[in-house]
Amino acid sequence: MTRYADPYLAGAGIGVVLVAAYVLVGQGLGASGAFASVTAALTAGVVGTARASASPAVAPYLPNGAASPLTDWLVWELAGVALGAFLSAWRAGRLARTIERGPGTGAPARVMTAVLGGALMGVGAKFARGCTSGQALSGGALLSVGSWIFIVTAFAAAFAAAPLARRLWS
Amino acid sequence: MSTASSLGIALLLGVAFGWLLERAGLGNARKLVGQFYLTDLTVLEVLFSALVTAMLGVFWLDRLGLLDLRAVYLPETFALPQALGGALFGGGLVLAGLCPGTSCVAAATGRADGLAVIGGLVLGILAFNSAFDWLRQIYASTPLGPLTLPELLHVPAGIVVGTVTAMALGVFAGARRLRVQP
Repeated sequence: MTRYADPYLAGAGIGVVLVAAYVLVGQGLGASGAFASVTAALTAGVVGTARASASPAVAPYLPNGAASPLTDWLVWELAGVALGAFLSAWRAGRLARTIERGPGTGAPARVMTAVLGGALMGVGAKFARGCTSGQALSGGALLSVGSWIFIVTAFAAAFAAAPLARRLWS
Repeated sequence: MSTASSLGIALLLGVAFGWLLERAGLGNARKLVGQFYLTDLTVLEVLFSALVTAMLGVFWLDRLGLLDLRAVYLPETFALPQALGGALFGGGLVLAGLCPGTSCVAAATGRADGLAVIGGLVLGILAFNSAFDWLRQIYASTPLGPLTLPELLHVPAGIVVGTVTAMALGVFAGARRLRVQP
């Protein structure tokens, strides 16, 4: 198994990829927007496009919706993220069917907290209009005020919540 | 640019992004949460070196006339919901151990906890969409439009860029110190 890369080198590389995104397509990287698109498509599949389009929260993410070109782009980008991560882990010998968890946490408890944490992040990213990729990184580099509000509040909340979740990880 | 080539670029940029996240170890939830117990500062180091690189990149490309910053999409600011969203997100991040992007890295490399986080994200977005009628007022409150820190503070962009760079270098120096003496 190869050692992890130097975090500064990996970070600078991600910065270059982000600049390439700004130059080539005029927008940054993202992740939660792709999940909003997929969720909207699922919703339309279950309740029908007409009913899904009636919701102002869902409609922008459906084909021909206001956010559609942007979110199509994000879905492809996120598919690339999964592919790139797979290739990297494969080359480094880090592919493993496993559940990453603290030594005192059982697999069912880990899966449950992962779902709960994911749901909280899903709601949070909707309110914030983006996540670590779209707001903290991409908006932060453009010095967007809202992005820096997100960076400060997200890190503050995570550090505040960490002692409460200590048993989960150690 | 045609849609097909734009989507091809999206895929390629995503591959590079995912590769680098995995190389840095951010597809591993245990490594990622180490950030919040100050046992592993990879998240801070990767996020801020990426942010500063991109910030300096767009700043100088714009200065040299190689990039029109006005043509780059700047997210709109909604102060209150973004503060609330950040707080919910940070709490969720400690429970999940992965953010939306790195949950895909974890899932793609075989980690079932990554898949569980993805499921949770979809559930959270569904819940938000279902309750949108009630949440709409908070969601749309305090709109400030596309707004940057230099505009808010009425200082030249170069001053803010320099300050953020200096702050990041300070954080890096602290992180390296912690790494040497754990």
